[in-house]
Amino acid sequence: MFYETVRLALQAIMRNLLRSFLTVLGIVIGVAAVIALVTVGQGSTDQVEADVTALGTNLLMIKPGQASQGPGSTTGSAASLTLKDVDAIESEIARVRVAAPTSARSMTAIYGNENHATSVTGTDNRYLVARDWEVALGRSFYDSELRAGAAACIIGDTIRAELFGNGDPLGAAIRLKQISCRVIGVLEARGASSFGTDQDDLILLPIRTFQRRIAGNQDVDLIYAAVKENASTEKAKADIERLMRERRRISAGEEDDFNVFDMKQISSMLTGITTVLTSLLSAVAAVSLFVGGIGIMNIMLVSVTERTREIGIRLAVGATEGQVLLQFLVESIVLSLIGGLIGIILGLGLALIGVRILAVPFAPDPTLIGVAFLFSAVVGVVFGYFPARRAARLDPIEALRHQ
Amino acid sequence: MTERVSKKNTEDPQAAPLIHLEGVSKIYGQGEAKVYALRGIDLVIQSGEFAAIMGPSGSGKSTAMNIIGCLDTPTEGHYRFGGVEVGGLGRDQRALLRRNFLGFVFQGYNLLARTSALDNVELPLIYKGVPAAKRKSMALEALAKVGLAGRESHDPSQLSGGQQQRVAIARAIVTRPDVILADEPTGNLDSARGEEIMDLLTALNRDEGITIIMVTHEPDMAEYADRLIRFVDGRVESDVQNPVRN
Repeated sequence: MFYETVRLALQAIMRNLLRSFLTVLGIVIGVAAVIALVTVGQGSTDQVEADVTALGTNLLMIKPGQASQGPGSTTGSAASLTLKDVDAIESEIARVRVAAPTSARSMTAIYGNENHATSVTGTDNRYLVARDWEVALGRSFYDSELRAGAAACIIGDTIRAELFGNGDPLGAAIRLKQISCRVIGVLEARGASSFGTDQDDLILLPIRTFQRRIAGNQDVDLIYAAVKENASTEKAKADIERLMRERRRISAGEEDDFNVFDMKQISSMLTGITTVLTSLLSAVAAVSLFVGGIGIMNIMLVSVTERTREIGIRLAVGATEGQVLLQFLVESIVLSLIGGLIGIILGLGLALIGVRILAVPFAPDPTLIGVAFLFSAVVGVVFGYFPARRAARLDPIEALRHQ
Repeated sequence: MTERVSKKNTEDPQAAPLIHLEGVSKIYGQGEAKVYALRGIDLVIQSGEFAAIMGPSGSGKSTAMNIIGCLDTPTEGHYRFGGVEVGGLGRDQRALLRRNFLGFVFQGYNLLARTSALDNVELPLIYKGVPAAKRKSMALEALAKVGLAGRESHDPSQLSGGQQQRVAIARAIVTRPDVILADEPTGNLDSARGEEIMDLLTALNRDEGITIIMVTHEPDMAEYADRLIRFVDGRVESDVQNPVRN
C-alpha cells in the first residue's frame, strides 16, 4: 500500500513536470544556499585551523605591555624583555620545549637593482625550532655567527623570489640600510597565513647583530615559546606568567605588564567569526526554505481543487479519508524530497566552485546533508498536511459533480 | 426472475432484504429554505433484481441513488444495506461498504485521465489492499468480461465513449460487488452503443447474479430492467414489474 502510494505520487508529479519543478524551486534554492554556505564556511574554518596548526597550536607568544593590547600592538611603556628572559623560560619551565627571542623592524632590502620592503627579524636558530621551520637551501646560523653578531642572514622564499628571481641567493650580499649581510640560507615556503600576511616575506638576522647594528638596544620584542608535545598549553602559559611576574618583580594584586598569547585563543576567535557569519547567512537561506514550503502548499491546494473529480472517484470506489490524506501527503513529501535532493546536489556544486575561488578545503558535512534532506521532508509534511486534509474531507457527491 | 431472487434467498430465508429504505427523507437547508429531496421513501430491493429508476429532474432519484450507494445518509428514516443500518455509519465505514459491496457506473464514465484502462480498473483493488500481481489478473479478467481484452494499456482518451463506459463497468465489477449502481449509464452514448452497454449489464445481472439499480431517462433502456420504479417530487409514484420482460 505504501509503495503504491509513492508510485501514485510520482505519477501525479510526472504528469505535470514543469509545474512540479517550479513548485520545488523554493526548496531547491533554500537547500542549495544552506548547503553551499555552510560547506564553504566550514572549509574556511578548516583552513584557519590548518593555518594555526601550521604555525603551531602549541606556540605561546610573550610580549611586554598591558593585557588590553593585541598581539600586533606596539610595546607600551612597560620594561622590555631580554635574552635572559628567553633563557629563563626555556630552562626553568619544564613544559616549554624551546623559547626563541625575536625583535623586528620594517626595512627595505636591496640587492643589485632590486629592492623590497620587508620585515627584518633578529633571532637565533631556536626560532626555526619553535616554528618547525626548515631551511630549504643553505644552512642555519653557526654558533660563532650568533655569538659574534655576524652579518649573516636567512631569507624567506618571497625575498628570494623578489631579489634573486631564478638566481642563486647563497653567498650574495643584501644591503639592509647601513649594513650589508651575506645570505647563508633560504627558508622553505609557507605561503599566506590565515591572517592574510605573507609568511615568507621576512629576513632573519642573528639577534645580537640586530640589537647592535639595527635597533641599538638590548631589547627583545617578542618571545616565542613552544610547549612540549604532551604538555598542556594552558599550564605552560600559567607557568610563564608566574615566572615573568617573579622576574619583573610584580607584586601580588598588581596587573601583569606583559602578555602571553595562546595561538588557540587567536584561532578560536577567527573560527568564531567564520561560524557567526555562516550561521547568519544560513538563517537567511532558511527563510527561503520556509517560503519554498509555502509554495508547495499553494500548489498542492491548487492541485486538490483541480483534481476534485479524481478525488471523488477515489472516494466513490472506496478510498477511506486516511488513504486520500496519505496519497496527497506522500505527494507533497515526495515533491519536497526531490526538491531537497536537487538542492543538495546544486549546493555541493556551488560549494565546490566557492572553495576553488577562496582556495579553502572542500569539506562537505554528511550530517548537514542528512539534516537538509530531513528538513525537506518536514517541509513536505507541514505544508502538505493542510491541502491533503482538505482533499480527504471532500464530499464524494460534490466532488463527482465538480467539472 | 423470481427464480433468481429465490435462488439467493433460499440460502438464508431469514436474510434481510439487500436494500431496504424505510421512511427515508432527505432535507437540504434549514428553516424557510428547507428543501425536501426525498419525502418518506419506502423501498425494498432484493438481491439479484434489475431495477430501473425513472423520473423527471428533481424528482429525487439521484438523491435516492446516493443514499443507496452509501455516498450520502438519510436525514430521516432508515436505510439498511444487507441488514446494516447505514445512517449510523461514519464516512470511512461507508467507504468500506462501497469498496466491498458496491460498484458505480456514471453517465460521464468518471475514469482517471491519463491513466491506462488497466490502472483505472485496478483502482478499487488498490484501496482494498490486493497485492499487485493478483490485482492485475483480476483487472484483466474484468476487462475481458466487458469485451476489452487487449485494450488494457489504452488511455481513456484513446477509447470511444462506449469503450470508456465498459472500462467503468469493469472497474465496478472487479471487486465482485453485490450491487452495481448505474446513474444514466447510456446518457452520453448513441442508441447502438447504449444497447451494447445494456446487454452487458443484463448479462452481468443474469450470469453473475449482480443486483443492478439503474437511473435512466430513456424508456428504451428502462425496458431492459425487470422492475420500473418511478419517482415524482421525492416520492415513489409507481413501482411495477416490467410488463415487457415478464
